[in-house]
Amino acid sequence: MTGESGFQAQTRRQLLTKIGILAGSAGLYQAMTSMGHAMGTDFKGPPKLSGAKPGTRVVVLGAGLAGLLAAYELRQAGYAVRLLEFQNRAGGRNISLRGGDTVTELGGATQTVGFSPGNYINPGPWRIPYHHQGLLYYCRKFGVALEPFIQLNHNAWLHSSQAYGGRRLRYREFAADFSGYTAELLTKAINQHRLDDIVTPEERAHVLSSVATWANLDDDGVWRAGARSSQHRGYDKARGAGMDGAPTFSTPAPRAEVMASGLAQWLAFPEQLDMQTTMFQPVGGMDNIGKGFARQVRDLITLGCMVTAIHQDEHGVKILYDDVAHGGAARVEEADYCVCTIPLPVLSQLDVQVSDRMKAAIAAVPYASSVKLGMEFKRRFWEEDDQIYGGISFTDQPIGQIAYPSHGTFSPGPAVLLGGYMFGPAAMDFTTMSPAQRIEEGLRQGQALHPDYRQEFRNGVAVAWSRMPWTLGCCSMWSEQARKTHYKTLVAMENRLVLAGEHASYVGCWQEGAILSSLAAVEQVHKRAQGAG
Amino acid sequence: MRGVSLSFLLLAGMSLSGAPARADTAGGVPSTMTRLDNGDLVYHHICAACHMADGKGARGAGAKYPALAGDPKLAIAAYPTMMVLNGHGGMPWFAGILTDRQIADVVTYIRSHLGNRWMDPVTPEQVREMRQPITLEE
Repeated sequence: MTGESGFQAQTRRQLLTKIGILAGSAGLYQAMTSMGHAMGTDFKGPPKLSGAKPGTRVVVLGAGLAGLLAAYELRQAGYAVRLLEFQNRAGGRNISLRGGDTVTELGGATQTVGFSPGNYINPGPWRIPYHHQGLLYYCRKFGVALEPFIQLNHNAWLHSSQAYGGRRLRYREFAADFSGYTAELLTKAINQHRLDDIVTPEERAHVLSSVATWANLDDDGVWRAGARSSQHRGYDKARGAGMDGAPTFSTPAPRAEVMASGLAQWLAFPEQLDMQTTMFQPVGGMDNIGKGFARQVRDLITLGCMVTAIHQDEHGVKILYDDVAHGGAARVEEADYCVCTIPLPVLSQLDVQVSDRMKAAIAAVPYASSVKLGMEFKRRFWEEDDQIYGGISFTDQPIGQIAYPSHGTFSPGPAVLLGGYMFGPAAMDFTTMSPAQRIEEGLRQGQALHPDYRQEFRNGVAVAWSRMPWTLGCCSMWSEQARKTHYKTLVAMENRLVLAGEHASYVGCWQEGAILSSLAAVEQVHKRAQGAG
Repeated sequence: MRGVSLSFLLLAGMSLSGAPARADTAGGVPSTMTRLDNGDLVYHHICAACHMADGKGARGAGAKYPALAGDPKLAIAAYPTMMVLNGHGGMPWFAGILTDRQIADVVTYIRSHLGNRWMDPVTPEQVREMRQPITLEE
């Protein structure tokens, strides 16, 4: 394929392969992100279902967002719905923890949250991308108030034990130096005619002018201490007034140090479509979404139902469950159809009457391990001492990050931050610790970002998702191989049973996945019920 | 493999974090952690998250983390090796997360500890022969 320039146009795959060879997987990932590989969700509005046969019964299993929404839409369509939930609360992984709440995990450890009144942590989902229009639609519809979630903060810290002598530095200092030197290198290469074989003379001028503006280079195309670089990376002495009002410019770190630091990986993070501004959070805690959804279907929910089996034949479905509130008494719920949102690590161990293909699909998607540390401090020292208002500081230590509250800015008194958020092996490692050890590790590692961390600390709670009895993990982890082999089986209605939940979507680990999969499931039930006459 | 720099790999003694970047993950990059250079360490820093420190597993809502202590299925070394490599049900795959050596070490450990007495060791070569490609979806 030859482009207008007369040059051989590279396919995206060829270009990405080259970037992969030159810059390694980190560079490749960054390149793919900046090329807009990912897209938003495809919410097309609420389902328009009509003509349900009166008296047709649907049982929904699990009162997380997928189950709550399925119950809501199916009742709207005219079905007789019942919703069975294992826990003594609705909302599922949509949860917030406040002072006085308790968390009991597998292994028996129980934590009682010690936060001050008004403070909370969202141990599950905590931010909503602007393009998750399905979730946002139902938040508006059910009157759940949202506020901006601050994702990117140029004044937050970056820290790597392997770079800058282990010294923390501000996001803006690194970001400015990285773009400054990148633009300077490109400028030099172009001016020395090193790129003449790949850029036309006309494009050369465009690139030179664009990167100089983007990075705020000096007029000679150099990134150096001065007014321009300080406008991006900050001043040593800030601009003031009076006799000593003149600022002192800051000095960029040496180029080799910037490029070798590996910190650029954290510049890539807020560029991902799923992490781009504007993001949102519910006012007062993530669980206000679960509560808002549950309000719509309160009368349909039975709590304390531990499902043990899902049977089905040509006449209907039979749900066998233990009634937790009544000594585990065995009970049966019968219906014409079932929407099952039980997390797959649990569902894969239940007695479910489905084909071997479906059983294999249910067993093909393990859940990731994840840990979050909610830590309360005496005051907002990150605001008062460091001028950090929301956003995230990153570290290469196992805690991964410290995220500051987006709400309550400037308020006096104790406040809660996210003192660690891990996936993968680091999460498993933290899970093996006692809750107190997890918090102690959070404090120890957090000191690299906030030296006075310990003396400001009040209390903390550590939620390890692999130890949550009702989900046995954080969220679905799809391999490319499992997606190819099992996805379409997993999401297709089989006889009278259809699955829903973030695991049954391409928006895994996000609440939007629960919403979209729920709507897809509801539409399949309706279609089947119509067809069955 | 995404966002994994060489320095992190060497430090962690691992080849990949479990973080899916499409999801609401942490920082999208793996963090350093303790070197896990024997089966005891791999077990107590990774496996014990679910199977518990004593290998006795745990019981959740109608489902469980199976006990490894006294599990007769461990008699055939290929079974736990395959489970660690490929996962099944709630058990995640560790191909691409743990090295052949780490998987050999930890399978040898669980078969000879936690109340089990199968003393024949599993070698990294045996693990490598059983490896199948598993790639976390982008």
